[in-house]
Amino acid sequence: MKTDSQESMLNANMARRSFLRYAGVGVASVGLLATAASCHKDHKINPPTNGIDLGAKGDLAILNYAYALEQLEAAFYLQVAATPYSGITSSETALLTDIRDHEVLHREFFKAALGVNAIPALTPDFSAINFSSRASVLAAAAAFEDTGVSAYDGAGYLITTPAYLLIAGKIVSVEARHAALIRNLVTPGSFAGADVVDPTTSINKAASIADVLKIANMYLKTKVTAVNYGYASV
Amino acid sequence: MNLFNIIEEIENVDPEVYGRISERRDVIKNITSFGSKVALAAMPFAVGTIFKKAYAQSTATPSVVAILNYALTLEYLESYFYNQGKAKGTALIPAAAATNYFNQVTTDENNHVTFLKGVITSLGATPVTAPQFDLTAGGGTGSGPFADVLTNYQTFLAVAQVFEDTGVRAYKGQAANILANKAAAEGVKAGLYQTVLTAALGIHAVEARHASAIRSIRGQTPWITSTATLGNDTGVALVNANYDGEQNVSQGGVDVTTLKNATGGNTTSVAVATAAFDEALSMDQVLAILSGSFIVKSA
Repeated sequence: MKTDSQESMLNANMARRSFLRYAGVGVASVGLLATAASCHKDHKINPPTNGIDLGAKGDLAILNYAYALEQLEAAFYLQVAATPYSGITSSETALLTDIRDHEVLHREFFKAALGVNAIPALTPDFSAINFSSRASVLAAAAAFEDTGVSAYDGAGYLITTPAYLLIAGKIVSVEARHAALIRNLVTPGSFAGADVVDPTTSINKAASIADVLKIANMYLKTKVTAVNYGYASV
Repeated sequence: MNLFNIIEEIENVDPEVYGRISERRDVIKNITSFGSKVALAAMPFAVGTIFKKAYAQSTATPSVVAILNYALTLEYLESYFYNQGKAKGTALIPAAAATNYFNQVTTDENNHVTFLKGVITSLGATPVTAPQFDLTAGGGTGSGPFADVLTNYQTFLAVAQVFEDTGVRAYKGQAANILANKAAAEGVKAGLYQTVLTAALGIHAVEARHASAIRSIRGQTPWITSTATLGNDTGVALVNANYDGEQNVSQGGVDVTTLKNATGGNTTSVAVATAAFDEALSMDQVLAILSGSFIVKSA
């Protein structure tokens, strides 16, 4: 039997059934985060007054950083699929639905893998996006994907556990596939444009946590900070 | 470095070392003939490859220079492929496809070669020279299964897709090896680890952008959509090995097909689960796939 204090630790809107399901996943994912968790027994997410902070420096912060970005992307594509822009083609619907499914799975993966160490669900703010306009939606999609790629590439070196670095690699190339597709939908041939890939070295640009969160926070009601990675306030 | 002493030292531990590789005379011949084709700085890599072929599982982590030379070898192959295709002009590649896609991809692969050579040189090492390639995958015969690769646009596209998807997998497979070299890299120069890993991830992402674009031209999903039993979604059975493992749905101990989906269901399809995560290939896997087909083995 759970005690009241244990009960209070549960996310308020998480049904008991779904908690049990996640608890099962948690057991399965022990291999992934057990080491990090045991090294961070005192790891706590300390919400600053204006939102969520990624917490102590380390792999959990980086994984939560990825989780935050995947939450944002998933919420965006769920909205795109729920309210398709005018003139959307069947091909675009299929592609954007696939991307939605990938981003939702990335979100669910991090949620399951991080377990009790996960940051809470973030509330998006998409008021700047006109979901009925193809141009507005695809411009936002390209921004999310390109930012996601540069975020993973820029944070890779901060990861200390080989298994987590591999998983980040497995996800970032899928984000790059998304980015190229979306960019080609906007402008054919722009899949590796000079604004995202250095034209001299042909290396994708990498971005710092601070630079990425500044962009992400434009689309978040729940602001995310990373005080230990040079981004203390929005 | 005395290569033969290394072999004799292993013989002290493993008396069957020669049998594992081949006859002693062949060992010497293999080393010298292989060595004659590669720069001296690449010798640890060459020796490592011979031993990796002898021992199913290698425990040694390749050095940063070995990893960069491996990446350079793959970039040589891609660069050679696209430059050969480009040289055929509109006889092979339609003008619009060249303008929109292949000019960009060719430039990128050429830039990757130049960049990697520069990094290797800056580390005081010697970049490997380009091996001999056979774009038909014929191991030097020029009449392999992709015999019309430079005359049939559809074959050219298929090979391009395989090279890009394999390139993505190959870079991904080296990320953890670069991490394993973190202390060594930082010992050479502060910040070198971040530079090398970030560059490798940045090339990895560009290869994925290429793969996405080329897959779209071929009318495939830009992402690799596998079934439970077959990673390869190209429709070209010959390249099953290039895609083997893409059917994996277990990520960090989590079976991601058991996670809830975008429409409220409690499970996720294999198609989504495999497309949402790209998989890695080890150096051994990639070299086994390419050696004797696209990369001509030394005589």
